[in-house]
Amino acid sequence: MKILVAVKRVIDYNVQVRVKEDGTGVVTDNVKMSTNPPDDNAIEEAVKIKEAGKATEIVAVTVGEEKAQETVRKALAVGADRGIHVKVDGIVEPLAVSKILQKIADKEKPDLIFMGKQAIDDDCNQTGQMLAALLNWPQATFASKIEVKDKMLEVTREVDEGLETIEVNVPAIVTCDLRLNEPRYASLPNIMKAKKKPIEQINSSDLGIDTKPRIEQIKVEEPPKRKAGIKVANVAELVEKLKNEAKVI
Amino acid sequence: MSALLIAEHNNKEVKPFTLNAITAASQIDEDLHVLVIGHKADEVVKSISQIPNVKKIIHVDNEIYENFLAENFTSVIVKQAENYSHVVCSANTFGKNLMPRVAALLDTSQVSDIIKVISADTFLRPIYAGNAFATVKSLDSKKCITIRPTSFDPAATSGGSAEIVKAEGGDASTNIKFIRREEVKSDRPELGTARVVISGGRGMGSGDNFKLITAIADKLNAAIGASRAAVDAGYITNDHQVGQTGKVVVPDLYIAVGISGAIQHLAGMKESKVIVAINKDGEAPIFSVADYGLEADLFEALPQFLEELSKLNTIQK
Repeated sequence: MKILVAVKRVIDYNVQVRVKEDGTGVVTDNVKMSTNPPDDNAIEEAVKIKEAGKATEIVAVTVGEEKAQETVRKALAVGADRGIHVKVDGIVEPLAVSKILQKIADKEKPDLIFMGKQAIDDDCNQTGQMLAALLNWPQATFASKIEVKDKMLEVTREVDEGLETIEVNVPAIVTCDLRLNEPRYASLPNIMKAKKKPIEQINSSDLGIDTKPRIEQIKVEEPPKRKAGIKVANVAELVEKLKNEAKVI
Repeated sequence: MSALLIAEHNNKEVKPFTLNAITAASQIDEDLHVLVIGHKADEVVKSISQIPNVKKIIHVDNEIYENFLAENFTSVIVKQAENYSHVVCSANTFGKNLMPRVAALLDTSQVSDIIKVISADTFLRPIYAGNAFATVKSLDSKKCITIRPTSFDPAATSGGSAEIVKAEGGDASTNIKFIRREEVKSDRPELGTARVVISGGRGMGSGDNFKLITAIADKLNAAIGASRAAVDAGYITNDHQVGQTGKVVVPDLYIAVGISGAIQHLAGMKESKVIVAINKDGEAPIFSVADYGLEADLFEALPQFLEELSKLNTIQK
């Protein structure tokens, strides 16, 4: 089985994001960037499946500017075999990303495509489902457990009510939850080895995909600030404040 | 043209967040129609027909829709969407799973998780875990929108009499099979709609210690939440998780116990009206959003809290 894993470069999850003063977006200059956290889970799961002898090749793919390649390089360091970088500058909406990934899937013919369930920058939660629609494949979204069976997967999904289990035939798309696994760190020798693994570069225009945004971002602003709170000395004071000041109990 | 809302239900009842989504959808277009896809969901159709904001219901019934698989729903919605300018759904796991599949086939760039309708094509939505708000304008002729339910009031549920029409479904996908759903049954208020939420974090130390939280939740008629760390540690099941990738809650009172306040947790609760933080680390980021902070060991504070609540003559329910 061949697994394609899509990864995205985003502002690191520990960074306190700041809005630009001119309202055009958030500050990204000199800000630490990383792989979108659930995309790390997607790579980890693919590597585990390969280690269990159930997959033969893992291809990591990213869509984005020049530096997005770093996320592919990181995927190679934890066990992906080769990489693909589709180069696009500026904002690429999930619909355009899924059309690009569809082209890559047509060429690579993977049995499975894994990715994180949501990117922590735009919080869209769309790409996997859109790609599944374009390919007319089944989708197992928000996966917290995957069992590989013969030509199919049994997937446990995290849903609002609790857990849901489905079976999907391959080829299939899986979007990964953070609880799917514990992503490993790349060892130094593997980081060195990853530098020799190939990354194919493709321009999105060569794929014939129009990436022009369909959503105009008019303004980005700070959310309303909460007024500063107080520290209470003890539980009795807390209950008194909740009862008589906030009037919520 | 009109707006089409996809109802979330369990074939017996309408899910509460559908009511919030109806409010948002009718702000987009007053001529709001609701699509109910399910199996033996006549009661659902009947109750939605009584919602004054709903002008028409399209009801599609087939056993292939019993388990709400997006693969089977999509073709029905895409076909119905021909007659509408907007397709709308609630941004919980049902809508998050379904809507992008519809949007891709309509060749529309979906606007996810809106918190305000500015006009029929312009919306406000949080990005970066709610650390920024973006005003966005959809340029597509047909729009697919998901709605953050807690940002809109639920629609009134009586007084209406919407027209009901039946429509044909499509084919079932042979590549996906529903196996089971493990729902956690509880007598407590639902986390998403509760007036009071009390949440525990990694500081709880064990699943067993959550009984300290449960006792207070009983007193306050509160829902129980948790940070991702507490769920990851196995203290409590995933349906309790509050945060960027869990549930977003906006209760009147949110009590965070033993939760440090990572950005990802704050994203799920910082719009709550009143926030209380109980944590022994006075530097914990949770205190930056708390209206009332108590720097204390939770194992001492929670029993005292219960005792103080017991002294009160009345407690709001």
